[in-house]
Amino acid sequence: MKMNESPGGRIGVRGVSITLGEGQAAFEAVQGLDCQIESGQFVCILGPSGCGKSTVLGALAGHLQPAAGSLQVDGAAVQGPSPQRGMVFQQHTLFPWRTVRENVAFGLKMSGVGKAERLAAADEMLALVGLEGFAGHWPHQLSGGMQQRVEIARVLINRPRLLLMDEPFGALDALTRMKMQELLLDIWTRIRTTVVFVTHDIDEALFLADRILVMSSRPGRFIEDLRLDFPRPRSTGLLTSAPFSRLKRHCLELLHHEDGRQLPRLNPLGLPNDHDGLRLAL
Amino acid sequence: MPSLRWISRFMSVLLCLLFWHLAASHHWNLGLVTFANVPTPLAVIEAAVNLLDSGRLMQHLSASLGRVFAGYLAAVVMGVGLGVWIGRSRWAEDVLLPPLEVLRPIPAVAWIPLAILMFPSSELSMVFITFTGALFPILLNTVHGVEGVDPRLIASARSLGARKGSILLEVILPGAAPSIITGLAIGMGTSWFCLVTAEMISGQFGIGYYTWESYTIQNYPDIVVGMLLIGLLGMGSSLLIKRLGLILTPWHRPRGKA
Repeated sequence: MKMNESPGGRIGVRGVSITLGEGQAAFEAVQGLDCQIESGQFVCILGPSGCGKSTVLGALAGHLQPAAGSLQVDGAAVQGPSPQRGMVFQQHTLFPWRTVRENVAFGLKMSGVGKAERLAAADEMLALVGLEGFAGHWPHQLSGGMQQRVEIARVLINRPRLLLMDEPFGALDALTRMKMQELLLDIWTRIRTTVVFVTHDIDEALFLADRILVMSSRPGRFIEDLRLDFPRPRSTGLLTSAPFSRLKRHCLELLHHEDGRQLPRLNPLGLPNDHDGLRLAL
Repeated sequence: MPSLRWISRFMSVLLCLLFWHLAASHHWNLGLVTFANVPTPLAVIEAAVNLLDSGRLMQHLSASLGRVFAGYLAAVVMGVGLGVWIGRSRWAEDVLLPPLEVLRPIPAVAWIPLAILMFPSSELSMVFITFTGALFPILLNTVHGVEGVDPRLIASARSLGARKGSILLEVILPGAAPSIITGLAIGMGTSWFCLVTAEMISGQFGIGYYTWESYTIQNYPDIVVGMLLIGLLGMGSSLLIKRLGLILTPWHRPRGKA
């Protein structure tokens, strides 16, 4: 098993601006972003709704093109989507016409792996996310948390350098969400990959991340770069510790500092319910 | 209770037959419509038995089935093919959809003269007319289905390494499948719907021809036999398509009243 070998996944973001919408309605979603993310780091992007954090993720995945600046992964410019950069959406995107096992095996099917081999690999992946018994189910027969676990397994089967997650647990209830966070950290210790995790939940970001990039309101800019050195493995006890509370207060102040404008949520494919934009992106 | 529901379905058909019998045998005149010249159910059954005895039923049936399925098959290939293309490409939508929208409302009857002029044989003209009937429901439902595929699924497939061809086969077609199957079932019905029109051109065989011929020689019970045969065949083949559709889309269970 080559699971713990350094898989790459260094991200270089230089002067990146992304424009969404067309013509008169065009606006700058994010502006002048700069950051370097080390291989194997768990980074959370934290910011208010509509600040463009999902847009950054969409650009890293290759679904959106920056208007300016450069995006590089391991020194190569990001050009279009790739199985090297796996994406997990807030709402699962499992294929309803494929069983759970076939969904997980999809990436291997696309890279030409034989049926028996890829289905066996899918079962292994499902065991990793704790869903051994559900391989033959249809996605709609699973709960929201289980669907997201399948989604994660489906992305990880490609051994991506980057795991890009767009508020993946945002639609789950609090208890399930907590369990999923622990599960994700557990998986991450076994399959080391760079994780970029977008959230607007301060607790979630503090619990998961090595590093938090805080974004301002639109147009999104990085306004803080926090390094967290809470020891791992982390448990839910961390949530009530004093250093955690101190950092949480700091994050709250940063987010409160921004004026309270409520902006519509953006997504990694561009604007919500905008068919023109989507057609271009696809 | 499913058995109870079957009883009420059966009773409903029986009541319609009873009404028909009473109206036709007593020559009811309801003002707007009159049943004076409508054959009774018994006369229709007699005509059906005669048709069976004459041994020509199979000839009529096979001629019609051949035409409907040839036209339908061509409509499936073209409707699904063009539908996927139009649904995926804005260029195709702009170029292909406007002329198709103009052709769509043209009824099958209006196609007869041109169909005769355009095709070398009357057989092909008839196939063409059943084709026009099936094409549009299949085409439009396919376009609708393809455009309705969640763009996030396509984005995910691309992130998992799918290229154009695999996206079409693995995402677009299965995603549009429920809608395409609805179109196929409706198209099957409309194809039969156009059969009488098509077989007005015919020289000797076909259920539609038989129906039209009976009208011209004022053989009213035979007309009803022809009408009922078309209705039954249309219903049967639509049901068949729906069943096939259910088998092909095991993940898709529309939540109906049942």
